[in-house]
Amino acid sequence: MASNSNSSERQRIAQQRLRIIAGHLQKHEDGESGLIATECKAEAAGSNGANKGTMPKKRQEVMKWNGWGYSDSKFLFNKKGQAEFTGKRYRLSGMILPSLQEWFENTFGASVKQHKSPATPALNPGALPPPNLNAAFLKDLKATGIPFSHEADDRVFRAHGHCLHEIFALREGRGFQRVPDTVVWPNCHNDVVKIVEMACKHNVCVIPYGGGTSVTGALECPPNETRSIVSLDTSQMNHILWLDEKNLVARIEAGIIGQDLERLLNERGYCTGHEPDSMEFSSLGGWVATRASGMKKNIYGNIEDLVVHMKVVTPRGVFEKSCQGPRMSTGPDIHHFILGSEGTLGVVTEVTMKIRPIPEYQKYGSVVFPNFEAGVACLREVAKQRCAPASIRLMDNEQFQFGHALKPQVSSIFTNFVEGLKKFYITKFKGFDPHQLCVATLLFEGDRERVLQHEKQVYDIAAKFGGLAAGEDNGQRGYILTFVIAYLRDLGLEYYVVAESFETSVPWDRVLDLCRNVKERITRECKERGVQFQPLTSCRVTQTYDAGACVYFYFAFNYRGLADPVRTYEQVEHAARDEILSNGGSLSHHHGVGKLRKEWMKESISDVGLGMLKSVKDQLNSERPKWLHSFQVSRPCVSRNVQAECLSTTQQCIRLHLTHCKNRCQ
Amino acid sequence: MASATLYSQRDPMLKKRDDFEDILEERRKSSDLKYALRCYAPVLYKGLTPCKANMLKNMVLQSDNVKYVINQVSLESGEALDIVHEEASVILEEMAHRLQISTVRFFAYALTKAFKTIFQHICVNMDGIQRLQQAIQEHPVVLLPSHRSYMDFLLMSYILYTYDLALPVIAAGMDFMGMKIIGEMLRMSGAFFIRRSFGGDKLYWAVFSEYVKTMLRNGFAPIEFFLEGTRSRTCKSLTPKTGLLNIVMEPFFKGEVFDVHLVPVSISYERILEETLYARELLGVPKPKESTSGLLKARRILSENYGSIHVYFGQPVSVRSLAQGTINRSKYTLVPRHLPRKPMEETQSFVNDTAYRIVRLQEDSMVLKPWVLMASLLLQNLEGLELSVLTEQTLWLRGLAQCYGAFMDWPDHAPAAKVVSSSLALHKGLVCVSEGWVSLVVGEPQVPMTAEEALFNRAVSVLSCASYRNQVLHVFIRPAILAVAMHNADSSKKDEVYNCFSFLYTMFSNEFILCPGDTVQDFDEACYLLVKSGAVQTLQQGIVGTDRSQPILSFLKGLLDSFLQGYQLVCRFLREEASDGLTEKQYVPAVRSFAVKLILAGNLRCYEVLSSDMQKNALAALLRTGAVRKVKIADQVTLKVNKMALNSFEDTLGGHLPTQKAVLARL
Ligand SMILES: Cc1cc2nc3c(=O)[nH]c(=O)nc-3n(C[C@H](O)[C@H](O)[C@H](O)COP(=O)(O)OP(=O)(O)OC[C@H]3O[C@@H](n4cnc5c(N)ncnc54)[C@H](O)[C@@H]3O)c2cc1C
Repeated sequence: MASNSNSSERQRIAQQRLRIIAGHLQKHEDGESGLIATECKAEAAGSNGANKGTMPKKRQEVMKWNGWGYSDSKFLFNKKGQAEFTGKRYRLSGMILPSLQEWFENTFGASVKQHKSPATPALNPGALPPPNLNAAFLKDLKATGIPFSHEADDRVFRAHGHCLHEIFALREGRGFQRVPDTVVWPNCHNDVVKIVEMACKHNVCVIPYGGGTSVTGALECPPNETRSIVSLDTSQMNHILWLDEKNLVARIEAGIIGQDLERLLNERGYCTGHEPDSMEFSSLGGWVATRASGMKKNIYGNIEDLVVHMKVVTPRGVFEKSCQGPRMSTGPDIHHFILGSEGTLGVVTEVTMKIRPIPEYQKYGSVVFPNFEAGVACLREVAKQRCAPASIRLMDNEQFQFGHALKPQVSSIFTNFVEGLKKFYITKFKGFDPHQLCVATLLFEGDRERVLQHEKQVYDIAAKFGGLAAGEDNGQRGYILTFVIAYLRDLGLEYYVVAESFETSVPWDRVLDLCRNVKERITRECKERGVQFQPLTSCRVTQTYDAGACVYFYFAFNYRGLADPVRTYEQVEHAARDEILSNGGSLSHHHGVGKLRKEWMKESISDVGLGMLKSVKDQLNSERPKWLHSFQVSRPCVSRNVQAECLSTTQQCIRLHLTHCKNRCQ
Repeated sequence: MASATLYSQRDPMLKKRDDFEDILEERRKSSDLKYALRCYAPVLYKGLTPCKANMLKNMVLQSDNVKYVINQVSLESGEALDIVHEEASVILEEMAHRLQISTVRFFAYALTKAFKTIFQHICVNMDGIQRLQQAIQEHPVVLLPSHRSYMDFLLMSYILYTYDLALPVIAAGMDFMGMKIIGEMLRMSGAFFIRRSFGGDKLYWAVFSEYVKTMLRNGFAPIEFFLEGTRSRTCKSLTPKTGLLNIVMEPFFKGEVFDVHLVPVSISYERILEETLYARELLGVPKPKESTSGLLKARRILSENYGSIHVYFGQPVSVRSLAQGTINRSKYTLVPRHLPRKPMEETQSFVNDTAYRIVRLQEDSMVLKPWVLMASLLLQNLEGLELSVLTEQTLWLRGLAQCYGAFMDWPDHAPAAKVVSSSLALHKGLVCVSEGWVSLVVGEPQVPMTAEEALFNRAVSVLSCASYRNQVLHVFIRPAILAVAMHNADSSKKDEVYNCFSFLYTMFSNEFILCPGDTVQDFDEACYLLVKSGAVQTLQQGIVGTDRSQPILSFLKGLLDSFLQGYQLVCRFLREEASDGLTEKQYVPAVRSFAVKLILAGNLRCYEVLSSDMQKNALAALLRTGAVRKVKIADQVTLKVNKMALNSFEDTLGGHLPTQKAVLARL
């Protein structure tokens, strides 16, 4: 039994686990990021440099300032026109991908040799407006000893997330109309309390910043915000404060990023099992603030299922529940105000999260279906029988083909795959139309025997829908690619190709209709808006639930010939979202609303629903004296686009990304 | 987008008139048999492989919707499930088509023979065919032809076969089923049969709508049906029925298909096979039961010349773009899609508007022959006209019609006199020319007749002639209503004229294609056209006639005259004769004999009022406006009248000041 297993067994499992999960991630030479249970490590370990997480304060030292991920890792077409992936961090690193160029050029009508659209090489700090500083606030801030910066590159780095328009603006060197004026790095909960208090006192805006992987425009600053804006970077709050093996929970600081959290827990033989595709960089606080979802939610649950307790600093003070009972009937769950609040109600500083022993055994798998319809029917049945593996994802034919384009030249696992596939085609796939077939990738976890049993059950169901088991390697490969796919957009952008992904959740009976209609809508909208080349539209079912599924779309096109590609892109995405809603899909399954989708909020949750959210915020405002209150109401909204809202007596502002203050403010 | 083209078609100047091709020309040159046996391999929706009729039936019976209703019916009626299921299967059996290429080939052969004898040309617009071919591959397509003749759907299939396009499945009325062999043959050429009324029959409705939707969703074949519901006996377009249209749009509303394309098709006959048959029917000579022998008697037809046919396939109309901004499809996502639901109000009105739009598109592309203009003139001169005057006026009217956007087929380079005389020749059954004087034919004088028989004979020829005039009504109807309104209004003030216009518009909205919500828009259109033709000026202070206005305005008023008289007569009849206990059934014969009496007494000169069509339309208008109510007593539906309202309608229609303003205010 797990609890009895001796420490060397634990160690072994932990090692294995590390290899599997983090094998492609950055190597770690840390010895000191152990577990600390002090009140505030900043105090314990001195004011600077104590926290060795993966993320330094100067993020731009390891990460791209104008693209995805680590600076040393990227796709490029080399002199021979062959694609390669640079760096050493990932399984794919250093490999040549011989088929990518052809796929890329054929799919997008792009030309690797002739049509390049390179990015501005470096940030031009001169182009940036000087910081709008609030002297009184700064004075108080300095007194606390909390590290901060006004440097241009720090500020720009925190002015955006990873929406296409944000990255495009950086690449063009256009930057942003408004960026944070100050970046602060609190070391612990108490630091955050101080910062929020000071901000309230001096009428300064605070924007919590976790991993910066937001894809909703949530991190953007309102362009005409006149107050000083502080970006509260949580990256130094990255410790596991304690770990409770009896109850299988851990107390974790909200700034920790996914890869560090898993690594640290793995060392102790545990994991959270929360693995969003952005887990290398996104933070616990960000997950809570956006209602994130990880690929293995079938076993571990989504973030809302994992959180047992949280501490939140609001303008009105700190809020937390008084106990850590596993479930309570004490009125609506106040955690749910914070889950999905997208930084508008307060800063999450600490979270008690469920943990699990590292599973003894993990096995990948894959199934090939004659077509997408059969695949969806199979996933539906799997969900019905409630036997979904830790992860099950169904890619459509476009993604299947794209997967082929990413075949590396050499690599044991990949060679096997190609070889295997060849054999496969010859022996089994006869009769499958290569332009129809699609693949599901599977990941099983648990003890060995159960995994094998489970595996059989799933393959049996698949067989009923014409699915053929297509090997472990195919499956594993799919999951390895998960983390490098995000790097591909930057490659596209070098050659006039813009790309983005978006997601939704939808009842089972509408999955197929929704996928088909959304793809068709995109194709048509592109045509109507003068896109000269056929767009790539592709989707996959990434999560299954009892009552429906999560569907994830990729969408890309060659923008050569367009005057304003970002605008065109946004119009098409807008239309696609309309189409999703018309077909019974949700506004978002896990990305959130941000500014990108706020215009649909009212339609999505109704007037009354919006009013309810608003009143929660009003509660946080209620300490404000009457005269101030009326002042607040008549005050012009800082932007139509972004709702910056004073949340307390002293008018500290925490951003509100949902639409609900629009009416009030205007 | 399609909606934009829809509007642009409204403007006649923008309408590109496509080139027509005579499909008989090729047939006259080559072997009919070869044609019937030729390779037929139409392109299909997204490369679909066609499915067997049986498979289709299974899909329908296994569908969630039908299964749900079977369950429900079984629960409600206490019948066993399998019995209800059997019932459903019988309904489907009775309904379903059994499209068979061999039957189609038989028809291709037989119809070619027949068409070549009775028609001079069958002209089809080539661009329309190309557009249709494109549309069929991309979206489910619904063909919506106008309906003037039994021929219509055979003709449609014939054309599609000729152009190697997917053969449609056609919703046909059950009355065909009476004709055993023909019914089955039609079935095998793609017709499916629906009962005329199945009001409360849930099961029937479920099977029927699922049948249509299954074919549509899967793109098995273009669906074809007649928006007008039935053949128009008068050659006027009928107010559209929306039931089937709603069914074919639903898969789009529910997200089951990306879009549905509606293709209006205008079929214009130079001479309708049923011409006098219809007139008799309207006059109450009972409609011959649609029996095989009845149709075969039509062999006589084969010895006649019916001129040419023009078939215009319109621009496909995208339901998606029409619905943009009007229909919120997400409202359909909160209830499982297989549950039968009444259409929401916004949907109902959208479907209704669309139906009107499509019928107007059909009307706009009706190809008009010179004869329809001549018939319009002759009906305003029942005593006859001098040939030269008729020729001159026909030319004048041609100018006006074209100014109003009519789609005329006027022979190129032929002298007007020749055009007129050949039209007269083709319609010699209706008109005669003697010593330069043109008048309507009136029965065979040698047979001794009662006065009443003579009257009916005359009525037959008037109504037959009217059926040609009716073909051009859509061109003139809006300006004509405005002309009457200007005449009736107290002053030329725009709002007063508008009030009169609006009254007439409401009264006549069962008679002509006038979409209830479009009054203002149509008023503007009417003003625009009258100004364009130089008949009026719209000035600050109002709408006034010009020097040129007299002939135009009086022609336009004349066009509506028989309708105004007819409606007044109905009002008068109801006021005087329907005091108590007039049942709905008695209504038509009673008005008819009332009118006959008046005509015989020399107090009424309008024969068209004898038409049951006009009588029914008038009653419908009165029911709609509340001047008459239906009351159910025992099994009988009787009509209760509001005499004051009738009185005031009668006055207003006659251009007199209404005695009861209050009633009018309600309109
Ligand atoms: C390549 C890629 C893959 C992704 N895959 C997934 C996925 O699989 N599943 C998924 O759910 N999402 C995914 N996302 C979206 C994104 O990673 C998530 O929304 C994530 O939860 C954001 O976390 P973050 O730490 O980066 O937050 P940030 O981007 O820094 O911030 C997001 C929002 O949360 C607020 N916020 C951040 N920290 C706090 C805090 N401590 N307290 C209060 N508010 C805070 C911010 O103000 C902002 O409004 C992906 C994004 C990318 C670019």
